[in-house]
Amino acid sequence: MWRYVLRRLLQAVPVFIGTTLLIYAMVFALPGDPIQALAGDKPVPDNVLQTLRDRYNLNDPLLLQYAKYMWGLVQGDLGENYTGQSVSEMLSGRWTVTAQLAVTAWVFEMVVGMLLGTWAGLRRGKFADTLVLGGTTLVIAVPVFVLGYVAQILFGLHWQIFPTAGTDDGWPMSYLLPGIVLGSLGLSYVARLTRTSLSENLRADYVRTANAKGLSRTRVVGRHALRNSLIPVVTYLGVDFGNLMAGAIVTEGIFNLPGIGQQVFLSIQLKEGPVVVGAVTVLVLIFLLVNLVVDLLYGVLDPRIRYE
Amino acid sequence: MRSQRGAGRGVRRKAAGLAAVALAASLGLSACGGDDAAAGDGTFTVGHSEPDHLLPANTTSSYSFDVITELFDNLMTLSKDGKAVPLAADSVTSDDQKVWTVKVKAGQKFHNGEPVTAQSFADSWNYAAYGPNAMGANSYFSYIKGYGELNPEDEDAKPKADKLSGLEVVDQNTLKVTLNDPFSQFPLLLTYPAYAPMPKAGLKDPKAFDDHPIGNGPYKMDGNWERNKQVKLVAFPGYTGARKPKNKGVTWKSYASADTAYTDLRAGRIDVLQTIPSAKVPEAKRLLGDKFLARKMSTTDYLGFPLFDKRFDNPDLRKAISMAIDRQGINKAVYNGDFFPADSLIPSIIPGHRDNACGELCTYNPAKAKELYAKSGGFKGTLELYFSNSQPTYAQWMRIVANSLRDNLGIKDIQFRQVPASDYFSMLSDHGEKGPYRQNWEADYPSPQNYLEGMWGLDNRMGWESKEFTELIAKANKTADQQQAMAVYNQAEDVAIREMPMIPLWTWAGQGGRSKNVDNVTITPYSTGLIATDVTVK
Repeated sequence: MWRYVLRRLLQAVPVFIGTTLLIYAMVFALPGDPIQALAGDKPVPDNVLQTLRDRYNLNDPLLLQYAKYMWGLVQGDLGENYTGQSVSEMLSGRWTVTAQLAVTAWVFEMVVGMLLGTWAGLRRGKFADTLVLGGTTLVIAVPVFVLGYVAQILFGLHWQIFPTAGTDDGWPMSYLLPGIVLGSLGLSYVARLTRTSLSENLRADYVRTANAKGLSRTRVVGRHALRNSLIPVVTYLGVDFGNLMAGAIVTEGIFNLPGIGQQVFLSIQLKEGPVVVGAVTVLVLIFLLVNLVVDLLYGVLDPRIRYE
Repeated sequence: MRSQRGAGRGVRRKAAGLAAVALAASLGLSACGGDDAAAGDGTFTVGHSEPDHLLPANTTSSYSFDVITELFDNLMTLSKDGKAVPLAADSVTSDDQKVWTVKVKAGQKFHNGEPVTAQSFADSWNYAAYGPNAMGANSYFSYIKGYGELNPEDEDAKPKADKLSGLEVVDQNTLKVTLNDPFSQFPLLLTYPAYAPMPKAGLKDPKAFDDHPIGNGPYKMDGNWERNKQVKLVAFPGYTGARKPKNKGVTWKSYASADTAYTDLRAGRIDVLQTIPSAKVPEAKRLLGDKFLARKMSTTDYLGFPLFDKRFDNPDLRKAISMAIDRQGINKAVYNGDFFPADSLIPSIIPGHRDNACGELCTYNPAKAKELYAKSGGFKGTLELYFSNSQPTYAQWMRIVANSLRDNLGIKDIQFRQVPASDYFSMLSDHGEKGPYRQNWEADYPSPQNYLEGMWGLDNRMGWESKEFTELIAKANKTADQQQAMAVYNQAEDVAIREMPMIPLWTWAGQGGRSKNVDNVTITPYSTGLIATDVTVK
């Protein structure tokens, strides 16, 4: 298994170089002059613009800029944004926010999604099943920003159960509502996957055998059927962790959480290459890592799967 | 069977391990929460967008000004009606409008105890004007003699000097400032936030100063600037100036979304919001009642013509377009009728504004417009209208303008050119536009000079040249008496109206609100913004 892990980690290196170059090139290709944009419509003398462009290597061609950036990166220097703030400092404060949000959302969609899915799967065709299917369809159909603003106004403003926005109340209070909104889409898919997978497996031969052996219902469902049904769900949860990080762009904006998503959004507008690349690269790495863990979990869920 | 059971046990153990990790992680994460903004401590909170810098000379952003004007006392400040009044100065005087004598008020201290002297101002301005420091407000120091040596034309040359030759520290409290040309509006320029003084500690480590500015104003920093979250200010006990705070402190909270800031105002989580998103204004008026705060602003929209394109050469064509636009109609359709249709090049909150200075040229009159258009020989080719994508309303009103030009003047071939906001100003400075473009101006300081020279002055965007205009501006800049100076600026304004290289459209309205916890909330239309020191907390 360790050879497998090592191979997967080595595969991450070209992915890492490829994504950074791609993102760097995309930010580079955005129209506009980021230095002039800093000043908006106010006049800035040419020599000041020139000094700033030199400072941030903006006069160099794309590949040289990228090489300079990568050279800094291997020395552990993520560079600076165009107002002179160190990118690693900017991002380090924000990671905790996004991590808290993403983990809250992830745990929420995992736990509640599996519970709902199991409930519906066991009562296929009955009221519970219809309720879960209908509810999740509704959630999938509504865009996340609509859900976000509605939840904010209902739970934050009218009933004042949760704070409307910001991180003042810390974890968990500040993160529950945005986490639920962010996780709601994933929850719907998790519930549906669990339901379908479970209800199919309940009709499989080995379940009939287990029942015939006289095993208790809990044991049949929990140990045999559910465990087998979770493979597609776990795959989905792994991929979805990446979606949660990306979805944080919208949710963090609505709930005013100063996280990575908000920063990426602002930095794309400001054409701040080093910030976008730094943030997105780490997102890519996390995504790769989470999916490696998911692949390893297959082996735990289904002993027939082994890695060499 | 056996092996499977064995694996099962393994799973349990691993799962328990994972659970422990998850628990530890969540505990670790939960440790970094903030404390709730407790009410009743005499402080209040205001929502705005994130500032870019807090070092005064490095920013032209109004969100930075929100904070900076409370941390620093400039030599001059603005009264509520936009007149320059001394603040950190006893007096700012000149006989010839070129050499100015500044008397700095004695006994003032920075928040770190350092005395505020004439030298503090001279050092700060030298730092701000020195090209290689690349300060955002560098160009605002170009009025002072010696600026050219600090900012050589040749972009790669090293400056010959690092101190403005026009600044002379006479004694501890006297600063003599020599300008390049006479400039009667200099006291108003001194109200601009970039002219704030910095202590020696700030000049030594500007980066740390940006995170934790040390000013001489009524409030001081409470901790560092928490980027993208908030800036906390508390009343400075050692303050001796004229702006003694009536509250204990103010916290500026940053919002990425204006809608969210407004929701937080309604939830009572912030006390003041200066800008309510325009789509929420009708609702806010109803819900907030007397806590809804409407004000005029200095920001004015214009439609400029690229005069370097020969097709726009004829002033009659430009006047015809101006008269074909229904300003009040657009105001009602796009801005709920809250904006102020322009009747002059200068908005009404600026001293020197004259009601109806633009007269019939800014009044909707399709018949007259048609007549002028015919007289001008009309317009040939495609009329391209330029605007940026930074506000959805720009596209809305440009569409109405296009319809008016089509219906009233018969210009059939009209195209829209919506340019990304980050590209828009570079395009205009490079003369990349091929048709009328949207332009706006927000006052740096309340003087008609700021508008006229900023937009119609030398090297303007339109490529408009008028010797008469330039001479009148120079004359007004030399005129000591403010009333007389205004009259001459108005003459220059008349020249710009007569030739109409740029059409004034409307002045923005500011729509803010407050919570029930605070009172005496005044928001000025100038760089002073919210008068935080006046706010009383219940």
